[in-house]
Amino acid sequence: MTGRTVDTPTGSAVRRPAAPDVILRAERVSVEYAGRHPVRAVRDVTLELRRGEVLGIAGESGCGKSTLAYALTRMLRPPAELTSGSIMFSGRDGTEIDVLALRPAALRAFRWQRISMVFQSAMNALNPVTSLRRQFADVYRTHRPDMSSEQRDSRARELLDMVGIDPRRINDYPHELSGGMRQRVVIAMALALEPEIVVMDEPTTALDVVVQREIIDEIERLRAQLGFSVVFITHDLSLLLETSDRLAVMYAGEIVEYGPTVTLHDAAAHPYTQGLLRSFPDLRGEARELRGVPGHPPDLSRDLVGCPFAPRCEHAFDPCRRVAPVLADPSASTAGRTGGEADLIGRRVACHLHDPLHQESR
Amino acid sequence: MTILRVRDLTVRFGQRGAPKLTAVDGLSLTLRVGHTLALVGESGSGKSTVVKALARLLVPDAGEILLRDRPIGHGGRALRDYRRSVQVVFQDPFASLNPMHTVDHHLRRPLLRSPDRARGANLTVAVHELLRSVSLSPPADFAAKRPHELSGGQRQRVAIARALAPTPQVLLADEPVSMLDVSLRLEILNLLDRLKRERDLALLYVTHDLATARHFSSEVMVMYRGEVIEHGPSDQVILHPAHPYTRLLASAAPDPGRSRAELAEARRTRLDTRASEADHTAERRGALLDAGCRFRNRCPFAMQVCGSRPPTLTAAPGHTAKCWLFDESAVRSA
Repeated sequence: MTGRTVDTPTGSAVRRPAAPDVILRAERVSVEYAGRHPVRAVRDVTLELRRGEVLGIAGESGCGKSTLAYALTRMLRPPAELTSGSIMFSGRDGTEIDVLALRPAALRAFRWQRISMVFQSAMNALNPVTSLRRQFADVYRTHRPDMSSEQRDSRARELLDMVGIDPRRINDYPHELSGGMRQRVVIAMALALEPEIVVMDEPTTALDVVVQREIIDEIERLRAQLGFSVVFITHDLSLLLETSDRLAVMYAGEIVEYGPTVTLHDAAAHPYTQGLLRSFPDLRGEARELRGVPGHPPDLSRDLVGCPFAPRCEHAFDPCRRVAPVLADPSASTAGRTGGEADLIGRRVACHLHDPLHQESR
Repeated sequence: MTILRVRDLTVRFGQRGAPKLTAVDGLSLTLRVGHTLALVGESGSGKSTVVKALARLLVPDAGEILLRDRPIGHGGRALRDYRRSVQVVFQDPFASLNPMHTVDHHLRRPLLRSPDRARGANLTVAVHELLRSVSLSPPADFAAKRPHELSGGQRQRVAIARALAPTPQVLLADEPVSMLDVSLRLEILNLLDRLKRERDLALLYVTHDLATARHFSSEVMVMYRGEVIEHGPSDQVILHPAHPYTRLLASAAPDPGRSRAELAEARRTRLDTRASEADHTAERRGALLDAGCRFRNRCPFAMQVCGSRPPTLTAAPGHTAKCWLFDESAVRSA
């Protein structure tokens, strides 16, 4: 367990900035949906996931966050295609896996055992015509062919028990479970082969607040117990502020801001992040000005000139419409700006407002 | 001014092989011109059934619904008039618009049935007027589009425009933003708020989101398993919840203002209480059938007296809760 960042994720990031224990690293990943006008849904995204942390990815519908999740797990299907980039996985046991180079058989072994996924709609992720017992058995029959049916059964019961469902319900069909229970089952299935990474795509969006809270608590408890890392994708920034250690904000297929959640919450640097933070009322605080982020994201099948957020940005100034900003450390000097490259330990923002180059023209 | 008054509304659903389920049990509420009443509660608490009964999409088993002090009536002109005056905005703008028809068609039809019946060129003007009022401009462009060409937020604006077409006095908004992105939600809620003021509407805002309920309504009603368990001014109910269930709701809502240490502490407390709970479902079914407080099996303050149905008691001036905790003699004898 040493070297894990389970308990004090933010603290340890400060203590060991030089060598964070990276488990998954995506570099300059781009995804296109082919067609007459190809849609560049993910554009040059670089990010890293550290062992034991929760990395939040926030953004509106259509910003590419789910496409990115599918790219990380190599679940893209035509017309979606990963056009460039690399994804490297470093296992707990020291294995280095080039995810994009995996052949079909190796890919099948990689998915679910190393990295698994929790989908938004639990009803669609579960098969409505087979019992939970069958669905768990299917996983083990494929991935652990030498398990006996008794072993499969007892393991399935264990998993149900672990996510807080009475194991006696193993013969139930999905329609006999409530929405929250179905989502628990989907989480249990994602954990069936003890993966090191679980990618969660809007795992609580269809649930009401009390159940959402239960699921979030459950994920947090299981993560502390089993030590897996989570990529948590949602449009609900208020939820990510509570649950994630680090946060990436996506807009128009790009990461526009990236850093420790606490920093983003207290001092968001990108106007889009600031807009998202203004988009939800504070439950207990004073009434404040609430306006959301007016306008809509750009058409990703067109070439984007300048900053993609400029048309919606209240701070847009001259360079924003001409030059695309690069991800850089908002506090660094001009010389130290490396632009979208390797070192992503600290905090990054893609905005001309924080670029000393453009200070005079403001 | 009160426009819609509901007394003792009860809706029951038949179940195969089980006694009837009381989805809404003796609910009373009043909607006033220019005011928003928020109805909050978890999935299955009966919120949407209330909306369906008020929209007369289902006939309640008991209770009275009075529009401007007149009962709905059982058909003919009175019912048509009621339906025109009480309009609904549904949760899912992907399901509530017909994919085969243009926006223009969606708005034209209710306009043709409205009292002043615009015709010909005037009808087009009226459609454009509606689109402009929900900030979809240029209206001519939007009128020609079909739902698949619109974003979720734009679809919901069309759904709102359609609800406004027959010039209603009451708007029932059933989770109008829960299917939308967080960044769009406020715009839709601000729009509903503006329309309410401009058009003197009475608004029922059904939601499970306490934060927006607090900010966009003057009063909040909390439902739990078919009953109203708390009712009062929004700030009172959400900042100083009286009923233990409302306290649970308030503690479950995301609250990014809290520090990580506070969050971790709250999480530990919740996990501990949950671990001590028995099988949820069996317990839920049991609690629905017997005569006691429906929340008592999940309630940390449950007492002996909770085995009998609690009355609606005053927690603070204008603020009521259906809970024995507000009966002094019950608390003293516990």
